[in-house]
Amino acid sequence: MSDVWDWAFAWEIFPDILSAITVTISVTISAYFLSLTVGLVFALLRRSAFKPLALSIAGIIEFIRATPPLVQLFFVFYTTPLTGFQTGVLVLGIHYATYVSEIYRSGINAVPNSQWEAGKALNFSKAQMWKKIILPQAVPPVIPMLGNYLIVLFKETPLLLGVFVMEMMSTARAIGSQTYSFVEPITIVGFLFLILSYPSALFIRYLERKVGNLHGNKVETRGMKT
Amino acid sequence: MFSNFMTFAPFILQGLTTTVMVFLYGALLAYSIAIIAGLMRTSQFAIVRTIAAVFVELFRGTSLLVQMFFLYYALPQLIDGISMSLMLAGSLAVGLNYGAYASEVVRSAINSIHIGQTEAAISLNMSRFQRLRLVILPQAFRLMLPGFGNNAIELLKGTSLVYFIGLADLTFNANVLRGSNTAISSQVEIYTYLLVAYFLLALPLIVLARYLEKRASKGVTLS
Repeated sequence: MSDVWDWAFAWEIFPDILSAITVTISVTISAYFLSLTVGLVFALLRRSAFKPLALSIAGIIEFIRATPPLVQLFFVFYTTPLTGFQTGVLVLGIHYATYVSEIYRSGINAVPNSQWEAGKALNFSKAQMWKKIILPQAVPPVIPMLGNYLIVLFKETPLLLGVFVMEMMSTARAIGSQTYSFVEPITIVGFLFLILSYPSALFIRYLERKVGNLHGNKVETRGMKT
Repeated sequence: MFSNFMTFAPFILQGLTTTVMVFLYGALLAYSIAIIAGLMRTSQFAIVRTIAAVFVELFRGTSLLVQMFFLYYALPQLIDGISMSLMLAGSLAVGLNYGAYASEVVRSAINSIHIGQTEAAISLNMSRFQRLRLVILPQAFRLMLPGFGNNAIELLKGTSLVYFIGLADLTFNANVLRGSNTAISSQVEIYTYLLVAYFLLALPLIVLARYLEKRASKGVTLS
């Protein structure tokens, strides 16, 4: 083992890979907020009373979910003037917005029908009902699940290797192909992903148990990758 | 635009066999791992549970791409005499990664079987193995199926990453085309065909997952 794992080399390249983490994290955070916003829009449009709109949104969501984010990255990167970073944020944000919209949907479905009726009885408009009655009850219970998606997104950022963004994985591969030793850089990246994602996953699981008990309702989600 | 269908589409589709092979090998490995690791995580022995948990968290905590690179580039350097074909490395990475995710499906399905079922089986003097085989698993299996269906769709999408290690799949071929057709309209065309190809591949899986979901929820109330 000692002849293949070179501590001096690992120590030398560690700062380079670690400094690339800022790119990884800024992609993650930007894409995450994009997905929360677009996800909500998807979820609301899907319930639109205008059926053709609702159906076409459902179709778009299904198509985005069924095709690889990597291909979507290539598509946007090579057909638009966006930079790799912007492409990454846009594509990951919209790809995961389709998952996020399912989460919102499950939250919205969990709000009892009587809440709508109460709103109607008070003569609320549709927009008022959403803003004052439904969303405040639908979103808090699903916050832990939304948190999960921050970690999922974080783990998807190595895809940006395909559009030449120097995040952690690209940096590691660049070092690997210059020095012909891949063991140290790739292990360091794996390690960094692990120590950042695992504790957050544990925290979210804890949160989920807590919030789940608090609201006393089980929220069903379809095919969520957590 | 979309005038080069006859030249682009067949070229991209040359990678179809590779994509499908990686998907099939990956799925086979993933579901085998899912069932083994899922059962291990419900074991009564702490050591067995821990081994499975470490495996699952290791593969869920890092990216598929990192794992694929590790298997293909780092592992042969780490251990002498291990050399993996591209296909093996690709399918192994995809299978191990999605197997770890799917094992959670197995675990939650087994955990959601009511404790009364186990108690009833104990009162009938069944052995531990009989309990699992005759009472728990048949009920848990129907709960696993929708999760497995969705996992298969994710797995299919994951196969596109084998492009990075140089396996000539659909994505790889599309990128070869992109290199020689630099006009924007050709690029739109190439990637549109690629997206549609993946969607058509996923379509049966989507339908299957829907069907399984409907079936699994029929006549059962989960508490």
